[in-house]
Amino acid sequence: MNPAFPERELGGWGRFPTARTRVTRPEQMAALAELVTAQPGLIARGLGRSYGDAAVAPSGVTLMTERLNRFLAFDADTGVVRCEAGVTIEDLLRHLLPRGFFPPVTPGTKFVTLGGALACDVHGKSHHKDGSFSRHVSQFTLLTAGGNLLSCSREQNAELFWATLGGMGLTGIITDVTFKMKPVECGLLRVDYDRAPDLDRALELFETTDQQYTQSVAWIDCLKKGRHLGRSVLMRGNWAAASDLPEGNRQTALRPAPGGRLSVPFDLPRVLLNPLGVRVFNSMFYHRHRTRHGMLVSYEPFFYPLDKIQHWNRLYGKSGFLQYQCLLPHAGAREGIIQLLELLAREGHASFLAVLKRFGDSDPNQLLSFPRPGYTLAVDIPRNGERQDVLLDALDQVVLKAGGRVYLAKDARMRADHFRAMYPEWPRWLEIKRRIDPENRFSSALSQRLELAG
Amino acid sequence: MTGGRAAGRPGGRVLIAGATSRIAQGIAAGFARRGYEVLVAGRDLEETGRIAADLAVRYGVRSRALAFDATDFSSHQRFADALFQDGAGLTGIVVCFGLLGDQATAAGDPLAARRIVDVNFTGAATLLAPIANHLERQGHGFIAALGSVAGDRGRQSNYIYGSAKGALALYLQGLRQRLSKHNVTVTTIKPGFVDTRMTYGMPGLFLVADPADIGERAVKAILAGKRVVYLPWFWRFIMLIIRSIPESIFMRLKL
Repeated sequence: MNPAFPERELGGWGRFPTARTRVTRPEQMAALAELVTAQPGLIARGLGRSYGDAAVAPSGVTLMTERLNRFLAFDADTGVVRCEAGVTIEDLLRHLLPRGFFPPVTPGTKFVTLGGALACDVHGKSHHKDGSFSRHVSQFTLLTAGGNLLSCSREQNAELFWATLGGMGLTGIITDVTFKMKPVECGLLRVDYDRAPDLDRALELFETTDQQYTQSVAWIDCLKKGRHLGRSVLMRGNWAAASDLPEGNRQTALRPAPGGRLSVPFDLPRVLLNPLGVRVFNSMFYHRHRTRHGMLVSYEPFFYPLDKIQHWNRLYGKSGFLQYQCLLPHAGAREGIIQLLELLAREGHASFLAVLKRFGDSDPNQLLSFPRPGYTLAVDIPRNGERQDVLLDALDQVVLKAGGRVYLAKDARMRADHFRAMYPEWPRWLEIKRRIDPENRFSSALSQRLELAG
Repeated sequence: MTGGRAAGRPGGRVLIAGATSRIAQGIAAGFARRGYEVLVAGRDLEETGRIAADLAVRYGVRSRALAFDATDFSSHQRFADALFQDGAGLTGIVVCFGLLGDQATAAGDPLAARRIVDVNFTGAATLLAPIANHLERQGHGFIAALGSVAGDRGRQSNYIYGSAKGALALYLQGLRQRLSKHNVTVTTIKPGFVDTRMTYGMPGLFLVADPADIGERAVKAILAGKRVVYLPWFWRFIMLIIRSIPESIFMRLKL
């Protein structure tokens, strides 16, 4: 009964690029099924937290899934939960943390839907132990181009199962997801902070002691050159036990932390983001974090430091920003990271801290899922006009040479030929896509740019 | 039960009739959050089943779906009787079904006009008749229904929908007087513009409210035994102004 498909200029979290699209927001399953068969050029959009152009359908209809967000089942004994694709990580925390369960994998924001988490096959600080989100998913339902609801699992419609994980929403609309939550005794972690004065020390810490932690990440100052290149702070931890907490606090141990109140009310002028200011910020960050072990930290600041500030993307001003996240396999990782950091430092692009993380094993059945064994580096780059494309292409070249890849959930500008070189499984994926969606009814700005169509 | 207050004891049981709208889901969530068992009634059993499951998981309460059709008038007596059959009774009911329809279509098609009146008024009247009798006998409880600010004054742009909602408000007013002696409160809820599928993509809306927030406020008003509540509150003043415009001037307005 939607009266209209209002038109809007829509982008991703980085707000570059944007495109005109018609939008719709079904509230019932029946309405969703009608849309899929009636409207070509569809793409599902959760909370719009992918950075680039993955959740925008130019010249088509962008389908907001936020109102299809019902929990369908939860087993408090096993932690297995089934919910509609519009349910968010925040919903999981609010309702299931008090019962002793945490999402099995969480990205750096809780403002993502499960549909988006599956379509991007997100990872988090626990990848070296827990893998990506898809590892914990036993089943999901996919509404296909033909209007059919297909149950997909490793046993049933297995091809479609693997093509949809990391498939960027291009195989159909994910309507519900079944996965297993992780039992926790409290909402706090015991965290060790380790300062690494240069890249080699950081990598050494990752290689020698990462297995002691379920959560592990490093913040890296990418404005540093020379002998300080790769200067970073490693933050690694394990879930605390209830007995770790002071007596009086055990009652509240599983209470979800209150949400953020700060907000960036409007686009900030770019001048605030000048290289000097960022350099000072990055330095302060490094010097504030001394090597300290065994700190008790709440899950909220540990996993979601930026969620405290609503609309933090406005910090980068109206022209938006890009996040460049790539993976480098172990063999060429050190060399590759050095080249990437040198390129970034030489250009002096004002960038807050970058993130470095060591990935664990991935499933050999994965097709377009991003994570593979190796190191991943993620860095925010303010959008700065076309001169920047030269830098980004140079970064791509380094990644390609190292046999690595760029994360599609963050990408806004990669070339199709580079994508194909980075994701060697693409022909297999495309074959499945053509079979399940022969008329290419599901398409996004990203799929058009990367030629992920029939 | 103290006078004026609805039977708001957690552990009670509430029926949401026409539960698939987003405001209805917000109201259902408000009751579930307070520990009530929620019966979720509607035509689309697939949808009501999902809503009931959601309430059960999120709030750890009992919830189940019931088949109900607002325009199947002759079924309403049976439906109401069944609710009271098991002796557990009913703390209260919130009538949420409604149909905005299309004014232009309804102005030209008598059956379309009738459908709007049937869903918004007749269905509510035929369901609430037996429910009111049961609650009267029970001696406590509440009745609430979603009216609309559109029911406060007839306007050329939506007088068919508006007249049905206005009639519903009058019906509830009478019921309120009758049931007040029996410790049953009757609340008329009049939401302004709410961000739901009914209004999605409509041009010219202002001060649009979030349906979950409206649902929570509605539950507060119902449990406090309020008689007529505008949501959000400022609509009371907007409608006061609109109602007080003299007819001679109103005729010339584009509203």
